[in-house]
Amino acid sequence: MQFDQILQYTLSGLSTGAIYALIGIGFSIIYNATGIINFAQGEFVMLGGLLTLSCLDLLKLPIWAAIPCAVAVSTLAGLLFERLAIRPLRQPTPINLVIITIGGSILIRGMAMLIWGKDTHAIPSFSGDDPIAIGGATILPQHLWILAITVVIIVINKFYFYHTISGKAMRACAYNRRAAGLVGIDVRRMVLFSFMISSAMGAVAGIIVAPLTMIAYDVGVMLGLKGFCAAIIGGMSSGIATVVGGLLLGVLESLGAGLISSGYKDAIAFIILLLILFIRPQGLFGKADSERV
Amino acid sequence: MNFRLLSFLFAAVTMLLSTNVFAAAPIKIGALFAVTGPAAFLGEPERNTAKMIVDEINKAGGVKGRKLELVSYDTAGDATKAVQLATKLIKDDKVVAIIGPSTTGETMAVIPVAEKEQIPLISCSAGSKITDPVKKWVFKTAQNDSLAVGRIYEYLQKHKQTNVAILTVSDGFGASGREQLKAQAAKYGIKIVSDDTYGPKDTDMTAQLTKIRGSNAQAIICWGTNPGPAVVAKNARQLGVKTPLFMSHGVSSKKFIELAGDAAEGVKLPSGKVLVSDLLPKSESQKKALVSFVKDYQNHYKAEGDHFGGHAWDAVMLLKNAIERGAETPSSIRDQLEKTRNFFGIGGTFNYSAQDHAGLGKDAFVLVEIKNKDWVIVK
Repeated sequence: MQFDQILQYTLSGLSTGAIYALIGIGFSIIYNATGIINFAQGEFVMLGGLLTLSCLDLLKLPIWAAIPCAVAVSTLAGLLFERLAIRPLRQPTPINLVIITIGGSILIRGMAMLIWGKDTHAIPSFSGDDPIAIGGATILPQHLWILAITVVIIVINKFYFYHTISGKAMRACAYNRRAAGLVGIDVRRMVLFSFMISSAMGAVAGIIVAPLTMIAYDVGVMLGLKGFCAAIIGGMSSGIATVVGGLLLGVLESLGAGLISSGYKDAIAFIILLLILFIRPQGLFGKADSERV
Repeated sequence: MNFRLLSFLFAAVTMLLSTNVFAAAPIKIGALFAVTGPAAFLGEPERNTAKMIVDEINKAGGVKGRKLELVSYDTAGDATKAVQLATKLIKDDKVVAIIGPSTTGETMAVIPVAEKEQIPLISCSAGSKITDPVKKWVFKTAQNDSLAVGRIYEYLQKHKQTNVAILTVSDGFGASGREQLKAQAAKYGIKIVSDDTYGPKDTDMTAQLTKIRGSNAQAIICWGTNPGPAVVAKNARQLGVKTPLFMSHGVSSKKFIELAGDAAEGVKLPSGKVLVSDLLPKSESQKKALVSFVKDYQNHYKAEGDHFGGHAWDAVMLLKNAIERGAETPSSIRDQLEKTRNFFGIGGTFNYSAQDHAGLGKDAFVLVEIKNKDWVIVK
């Protein structure tokens, strides 16, 4: 009995953790290309979900067409956000940029509230709602979708950053913007790309979780914060460390809620966040990095 | 300038001025609703309903020849803002009574203002501490949580399901429900075997439900407002939990069925009668008010009238009746409100008295079950 429970907690945790990981990677991509933390990341998650809803309900598209459509529109929103809010800034100090992203998130949330209203909406699952039993625990087909899509996205990410010219250029920007500029990389274009990629990823996360968690104009805040936690645990790497961070966070939350007390579920996430920031600001797996000091 | 336009404007201005001079001054009623923010699901239908019903009263000639004027502000669910706006309503707008606020937290913050300024306040929020102990100037229309809890426990007692697991949301609504669930358990011979909470924005409650599945609970009672309970219902289905699931009146709207989908089937919950107005027997004394409210709301806003709007409907009608009985000043309105007997409203049958400013009995709730995506009254 006890083993069944632990298994269920772990499975539930892994599937929520995968969502956190996906959102967390969005944070770290922008961080690595620009050095800023984009607090509007959660809003793109929300946009992804709500746009899918509109594509399904208003445009009457089938789900396989609605998803790319929603991702495309969210990417466009990310592009506009960078062009209109981030790029025109005269003195792009990190603190200014961070505050702008917070403002942007409030703006996007407000517009979403006006467009879609304040109600929560449900989106049908991709492939039914019949639970799948694993040992004594159960998960939904949608959880498998989440895990699979997360893996696919991470693989694509890895490939992009290590095996394509523009991915390598983006990493160069992360190491040293000025040097990257000197060797002929268009840093501003890379920043734009990073916003587009991360908003697309946020949107994908929003779309695949919406059937489970439902979607409303204000879901971005909490999911964004949890994703941020995952990215911090992973030391803001845009690779496997953030994924592990997300999964770890999900499992700890779930185990904490099940074994200790459900009242402390969110507290667990934020205590981990604070501990990491205090004790290991380079992330759980990162080597201390002299550049950051 | 176009002469015709000028003369039209002139006529319009004269007409406006003249009505002001000749008709008796309107009676100003203040309203505080959380139209935006987290409690917007309460505030919006409340504001809509209050507007609709005041317009209708005015169209029918007002109350004793005087029109009503609704001065409505949005508190955004913020207690500090609610207090500022209440003061504004009293000092600047000079209202004779205030309807709202929408949430218990805001109401508790506004109560000292209403008491000090001696303006009757008819709250639309549910917390039982609003009128317990009785405050001279404060009334409420929303049903107490305790009545909803009583309904569920009564059913459980009848069906000999004594071991109960509770799962409540960690906000004001859930905390108040949890308190009531624990306080009344002993009275109905019920034992709470598992006591869990979840956050208002949580997206996965399988951990809590797994824990409950491992306990010997015979029923699960979940206390929250959308979307949390829909997630709970879905998670329970995912985990194959066979224990009967009860919800609170916080989700008694079609929205819950829409969100939870198939997982909503078989869920039982106490609900105000507005939800099942068409299923009620003809002998039901509230039926007339209920049916007319639902129809009106549908015509005005193309949406289903819910019990949240009903709280505002009751508040305006209670005030109207008090004024009809001759009250004009805040203090006489208060006295007349307290004398309300057998008012068949949306929330139930109101009987205010000096000892009871909540005014409703257990008949305010019916237990309903969700079957084939619709409500069925549980006998």
